[in-house]
Amino acid sequence: MKAPKTLRNVAVDRELMVDMYRKMLFFRRFEERANLAYTQQKFSGFCHLHIGQEALNVGVQTCLQPDDYVISGYRSHTQAIAKGIPAQKVFAELLGKSEGCSSGKGGSMHMFSKEHRFFGGHGIVGGQAPLAVGMAFKVNYEQENSIVVCYLGDAAMNQGQVFEAMNIAATWKVPVLFIIENNLYGMGTAIHRTTSIDHLYKRALAFDMKHSMIDAMNVLTVYEHMKSTVAFVRKNKEPFLVEAMTYRYKGHSVSDAGTYRTKEEVEEYQKRDPILQLQEDLARLDFADDDAFKAWDKEIREQVKEAEAFAEASPPPDERELWTNVFADET
Amino acid sequence: MKTMTIREALGEAMQEEMERDPKVFLMGEEVAEYDGAYKVSRGLLKTFGPKRVIDTPISEGGFAGVGVGAAMAGLRPIVEMMTWNFAIQAFDQIINHAAKMNYMSGGQFPVPIVFRGPNGAAHMLSAQHSQNLDPLLTNVPGLKVISVANPSDAKGLLKSAIRDNNPVVFLESEMLYALKGEVPEGEHLIPIGQGKLCQEGNDVTIVSWGKISRVAIEAVSQLAEQGVSCDLIDLRTLVPMDEALVFASVRKTHRAVIVEENWPFASVGAQISDRIQHECFDDLDAPVERVSQEPVPVPYSEGLEHLALPSVDKILAAVKRVTYKS
Amino acid sequence: MATVIEMPKLSDTMEEGGIANWLKKEGEQVEEGEPLVEIETDKSTIEYASPAEGILLKVLIKKGESSPLRSPIAVLGKKGESFDAALTNRQKPEAKGGITEERQETPKAMVMPNTKQETFAPSKRVKASPLAKKMATDKGLDLKLIAGSGPHGRIIARDLESLSVASPTVSTVSGDQKIPLTMMRKTIAKRLVAGKNEAPHFYLTISANMETVLKWRQELNDHPDVESGQLPKVSVNDLLILVTAKALRQHPSVNASWHGEHIMLHSAIHIAFAVALPSGLITPVIPNTDSLLAREIARQSKLLGEKAKKGELQAAEYTGGTFTISNLGMTGVESFTAIISPPQACILAVGKTQRVPHVAEDGSIIAQHRVKMTLSCDHRVVDGMVGARFLETLVSYLENPLFILS
Repeated sequence: MKAPKTLRNVAVDRELMVDMYRKMLFFRRFEERANLAYTQQKFSGFCHLHIGQEALNVGVQTCLQPDDYVISGYRSHTQAIAKGIPAQKVFAELLGKSEGCSSGKGGSMHMFSKEHRFFGGHGIVGGQAPLAVGMAFKVNYEQENSIVVCYLGDAAMNQGQVFEAMNIAATWKVPVLFIIENNLYGMGTAIHRTTSIDHLYKRALAFDMKHSMIDAMNVLTVYEHMKSTVAFVRKNKEPFLVEAMTYRYKGHSVSDAGTYRTKEEVEEYQKRDPILQLQEDLARLDFADDDAFKAWDKEIREQVKEAEAFAEASPPPDERELWTNVFADET
Repeated sequence: MKTMTIREALGEAMQEEMERDPKVFLMGEEVAEYDGAYKVSRGLLKTFGPKRVIDTPISEGGFAGVGVGAAMAGLRPIVEMMTWNFAIQAFDQIINHAAKMNYMSGGQFPVPIVFRGPNGAAHMLSAQHSQNLDPLLTNVPGLKVISVANPSDAKGLLKSAIRDNNPVVFLESEMLYALKGEVPEGEHLIPIGQGKLCQEGNDVTIVSWGKISRVAIEAVSQLAEQGVSCDLIDLRTLVPMDEALVFASVRKTHRAVIVEENWPFASVGAQISDRIQHECFDDLDAPVERVSQEPVPVPYSEGLEHLALPSVDKILAAVKRVTYKS
Repeated sequence: MATVIEMPKLSDTMEEGGIANWLKKEGEQVEEGEPLVEIETDKSTIEYASPAEGILLKVLIKKGESSPLRSPIAVLGKKGESFDAALTNRQKPEAKGGITEERQETPKAMVMPNTKQETFAPSKRVKASPLAKKMATDKGLDLKLIAGSGPHGRIIARDLESLSVASPTVSTVSGDQKIPLTMMRKTIAKRLVAGKNEAPHFYLTISANMETVLKWRQELNDHPDVESGQLPKVSVNDLLILVTAKALRQHPSVNASWHGEHIMLHSAIHIAFAVALPSGLITPVIPNTDSLLAREIARQSKLLGEKAKKGELQAAEYTGGTFTISNLGMTGVESFTAIISPPQACILAVGKTQRVPHVAEDGSIIAQHRVKMTLSCDHRVVDGMVGARFLETLVSYLENPLFILS
């Protein structure tokens, strides 16, 4: 039996790496296509893109089980897809169509799937934190083996109810993995201008909560770290806070002119692009060559176009849908 | 029938529903070891243990959201707010999350949760502890809103609220917890959305709900002595509202006085008044009158507080106006 | 092209008409001008001639039923023609100037505007509660004729309840009889409520020595031609009408009417007098009363009274009065107050002429024929002193008719 290849002294698996690479590429192309569709006025409202932040999503998701719960904020198109919602249903939701994952009633910020335990896309900064604690409370209450992953933006850490939620989670010992996607900016305000601490993971200190900080531009780093973290939360039934350092290339939303940061800063981060990093590793390990990368890209671009085509073909919600779901059990 | 207080009726409702469904649990400030700030949850910790009767930190936004998340995941929380004044801290979770989750998820995430606690002025608690939030809460689609004023309704409606698959705002009153009344033995459920005609008369329709309906009852008995007979409606549920009951009465009496504890601007009474003018326009012989709380923060001093709140005298004056007897 | 026959307006105050009798059957040929239907108005039953010729295709309002003015009551046309089409195509009567929005909203209460009515209907918006408006529509009442007792003059339900057939609050016991309202009774009710509610009444009572009038009447009736019937018998009331007309000539502000925006002082004096009928009362008018002699007044009053009793009065004979006299002297009533008939400003209520003790000028007490009269005045038109001065003149004329010539 051949010895496994290693990268930076860690055993690597081609299949896993290729899968993560293809997923990151898919999410990149999906968001680019969403951006295009927005600029083509195929939909309106808000459109928050995840371009540049793919490694965290893919690295975390690879460590989760299907019965784990994920809840997030309003930048979550591809987190929803990562959790299992078909891309065409997410695209259809972007376009406000009846076959969208929230039946066209949620939109860009509110992807939902009970089936895939993706508990939303939420639009109030930090509002998902108490919800995540409630979901984890249920895990304990029903003695499940799941964990809850709660993505938060860096700016959410300045919200009072996030503090309340983390305090309750630590006090009651519920299995929530809080992940701060620190992309350095809360909308257009640099995070260091909004808090007196240099690193957001320090907030966990207030609750004696386990915590860590990782480079989330490298998917293998994320994966290796999250494997153990997820296992810790699952085993110990207690919360854990990870500060994941990442960067978004696009604006806060599509309408963001980017006045608050320099072009050079963006380019600096793009040199450490998560897809590029993994592509180099794959090439170095001989796991894939340029032909493969090109073929995958072509294939993935087609898949994303198909998702968009599905979304465009999907009918808008019936007018009667206006009145449904205001209350459960009633139409 | 057995006689009990509203406090006991609410406690009994929770006890029965927790026995019936293991997914039901109670959390809030002081609900467990303290036995409830107003003793509504007395004895529940002893019966169900700390897994299901849970003291929270003083973090209304936080634990309200925990309740919503647990409900999304399939549990049936009862969240006690020590008062609804404190629940304003939790409005983000109640309004932005609980009320909208089912809708914006296209029906995938119903939120079966009850937020309950005392609402409105008690006695000399001053401005921050005396607010009636009926208009704020009823204004939000996706919330059912119940307001009770006697033990039978308290028990029957709280049980229905706990069984409902939607977020239910359940409004109580400190001043009424000790009010005694008869409650039917055995399983006692009152459907959400049904008002009650408490007294029948011909001259004027009085619509009220919650604690202030007790003041309306007193006014109605004084009016009876003066030869004015009233239909007195206790709405019991504000959302969904039993409008048919109100309309039928107004079509009979041709005049309506709404007695509400909340402030008058964009209030529940304003809504009822609008519905009456729309549905009973040709039946009205006088403008609809509202007796509301004066639009000031509730003052502390006893005399001022009384002036701020709806009173028997204010109701009598309104009835005189609609019956053209002033 | 078929013709839709509409309920005609056959009296100035008519708002709806009842079909007393159809003079033609469906299918029969009707000539233009040929009597078609007898219509019961608020005052009398009147034969109505067909305004067009054709076959009576359809009777829409049956005998005994009633309908508002200008609503279709029948359709005339060619044989085989559809009456439905005619009804559908019928042009809605165009509102004439002066009809307020109020009236258009409540078509039943809307009366065909007649110049007279328009002049005394105030052009102000009627304030009424929605319920009162609905009740007025149901009862066919014109809210403009009703005074509101609510805030700012708002007409409210109780202002209309007194006009109901039977108040629901009055319990009925067996033996009680429910009498449906005739057109006349409805009109009386409406006019009197309007008069009483709208006009602020005040009352002036005066008594007069009637010895001279009685002597005068005696002399007039002692004429041999009276016995033979060639000349009419003159009553005290006739002389009273004459004297009143003469007194009005001296007091034009009493011979007046109220029109909301203005007061009309009438140049002509047309005295109306109340005639009691089994079904109510009516007030025929003696035109230009002040120009007539006693016997002519007697002749006209007798004729009009007889026609009234037979229900044969034409609209012109009971409209246009400028002042009304109501005399209950024949019943023994000593004095009473009467309700003004709008838009007139005054009505004179006359009691029994009887011998009463009277303190003469020399202080002695003598027996004297005297009458008590009460003038009801609309204070909007007539002030106290104006009414009093009129009564003074009236008494002086009664006591000394020669003064009329002075």
